[in-house]
Amino acid sequence: MKNLGNLNVYAVRLLPKTEAIAPGHRACQGCAEVLAVRLVGKALGRDTVVACATGCMEIISSPLPTTSWRVPWIHVAFENAAAVASGVEAGLKVLMRKGRIPKKKINVLAMGGDGGTSDIGLQALSGALERGHNFLYVCYDNEAYMNTGIQRSSSTPFGAATTTSPAGKVKPGQVTWKKNMPEIAVAHNIPYVATACPSYPFDLMEKVKKAAKVDGPAYVHVLSVCPTGWRLPPDLSIRAGRLAVETGIFPLYEVEEGRYKLSVEVPKLRPVEDYLKIQGRFRHLTPDLIEKIQERVTKDYNKLLAKVRFSEEMS
Amino acid sequence: MPKRVGMEVSIGASEAVRLANVDAIAAYPITPQTHIVEHLSEFVANGELDAEFIPVESEHSAMSVCCGTSAAGARTFTCTSSQGLALMTEIVFIASAMQLPIVMILANRSLSGPLSIWNDHTDVMLVRDCGWIQAFGENGQEIFDLTLAAFKIAEDHRVVLPFMVNMDGFILSHVIEPIEILDQETVDKFLPPFKPVYRLDPDNPVTMGAFAMPDLYTETKKYQDERLKASLPVIEEIWKEYGDLTGRYYHPVETYKAEGAKTLFITMGSFGETASTAVDTMREEGEAVGLCKIRLWRPFPYEAFWNAMKGVENLIVIDRATSYGGPGGPVASEIRSALYTMENPPKVVDFIAGLAGRDVAPGDYKAMYKRAQERIASGDIAGYEIYGVRE
Repeated sequence: MKNLGNLNVYAVRLLPKTEAIAPGHRACQGCAEVLAVRLVGKALGRDTVVACATGCMEIISSPLPTTSWRVPWIHVAFENAAAVASGVEAGLKVLMRKGRIPKKKINVLAMGGDGGTSDIGLQALSGALERGHNFLYVCYDNEAYMNTGIQRSSSTPFGAATTTSPAGKVKPGQVTWKKNMPEIAVAHNIPYVATACPSYPFDLMEKVKKAAKVDGPAYVHVLSVCPTGWRLPPDLSIRAGRLAVETGIFPLYEVEEGRYKLSVEVPKLRPVEDYLKIQGRFRHLTPDLIEKIQERVTKDYNKLLAKVRFSEEMS
Repeated sequence: MPKRVGMEVSIGASEAVRLANVDAIAAYPITPQTHIVEHLSEFVANGELDAEFIPVESEHSAMSVCCGTSAAGARTFTCTSSQGLALMTEIVFIASAMQLPIVMILANRSLSGPLSIWNDHTDVMLVRDCGWIQAFGENGQEIFDLTLAAFKIAEDHRVVLPFMVNMDGFILSHVIEPIEILDQETVDKFLPPFKPVYRLDPDNPVTMGAFAMPDLYTETKKYQDERLKASLPVIEEIWKEYGDLTGRYYHPVETYKAEGAKTLFITMGSFGETASTAVDTMREEGEAVGLCKIRLWRPFPYEAFWNAMKGVENLIVIDRATSYGGPGGPVASEIRSALYTMENPPKVVDFIAGLAGRDVAPGDYKAMYKRAQERIASGDIAGYEIYGVRE
């Protein structure tokens, strides 16, 4: 419980009432991604401009002539949310400087899925992080191209079956390991990077608030359970997110000015099988493949712990 | 009275952007556009222009950033060439659909491959159907004038569309010419600050870039098409206003020594200058030849074009891009299409010339004229001929 000190909101009734995204959108049942979007919106409040990449969240929220967005929202294309957000940030800044719009703090949020972030949008994101725009990028990672029909991305975990990494007679689904996007963000030496999951809503919102406060770019990587793509009953979305954290598959941590800190400490990791076995995308995995995943997860988790320890020693 | 000063055309173009007091510039370096962004970043670095200069990591991001700045309500400029335009093409189409009045100078250059940095119109023809207003300048003064006027046209609430000023790479961009630079006071009178119809404002939230299902997509395209067509009278009006201010009047279609001409050359961009010299010589030699320059490529100025075609028997189109295996170069194809409803339309002979910086001198116009006469006499005027191929 020692991390409670990081949180200053504990009760649902204390959550902000403001919503950036209205109900009535077209997301699938049990979509944890749109839940994360909602929580991010609550954390940021109404003085926010959203630049959204093409993908599920764009499609479910903006069919002409309707919109779910209660904050100004712009979608231009798939791979350029970070660039569009760069423009919005620069535009607002210069107009405030020249006195053409009132001076106030406006959060600029860029958002995209794992494909729009770690694959096709990686260059635009890297550029925006390097240029130091004062904006927040949130990657909603559901671990495949769900909007086009569950095709693999570089963020799809090893062993997951997707429509372009099917589990076949000779291949066990995805044969590559998940790209570590938060580490790529850290490598840009930006002030704030964090991982989050809507299964831990207060932690997610705290991180988003913190990210919005820093001067410069911030990156939050949100594991967003997709029941449709993960072949999971919709009522297990939140559970799956918790298991991802409890098994160490998706540790929750933040990197503030280069210093790593675990947000949710798990004294004893659960076996990865607890997480894998509830999802249809992993159902073909054999014990030896599960063991292989277990080894990798343990190794990566220990690597992260070492970084946390190193950060503690340095401070 | 403003003075004419000798300067590189790219500097002249940058001066126009500075005088327009743009709020944001996002660009990526590519030859031959570079001098413009270099000068602009100098203005910003020296405090001579209060703008955000965003040195992006690609042209795709350049146009994406421009969409963001323009949607935020900032007057926005970018420039590119060739491969850069090709890379940003996806977003170029979206900028017009979203009605973001960005102004872009395209320093025209051929597309790879083979790689070539030199001038032709292959790049602009790639985005012919992108929904932007597209105009061509013939010399440095025209580039300066068209760029300044472009902001006013693009941002006019009857228009609200992006504007592309085409400027031949090297032939214009790197050449020193006498250019009359307006003073700030005159420009400010002509060009008020940008007042967007919609902008990304938390106090008045709007959704920009929503997607359309089949039941609405066609309607959005019809609207976009009507919008672009309806910009024509506004373009003419603002060019007239600019002319009244400076004495330099621009028209969608312009002719030179067309009176009494049986044959007209058709050019776009800087080739108009050499073509006029060629026409002068040929007129002296007794040929009934003149020149028609298409300044406004989109929206295509049909009426003005038809008026220029009255009484003309033959057209020699100088295309500066190839439509491989097509019925003609892109300009000739459009010209033939535009002539289709005309009674007794002129015959069209299409030459593709001046690809990737290949020089087309006055003598070449004469040679093309001769060759066109032969082809017309033989009755074979279909398709196109790539001129000046070395044996």
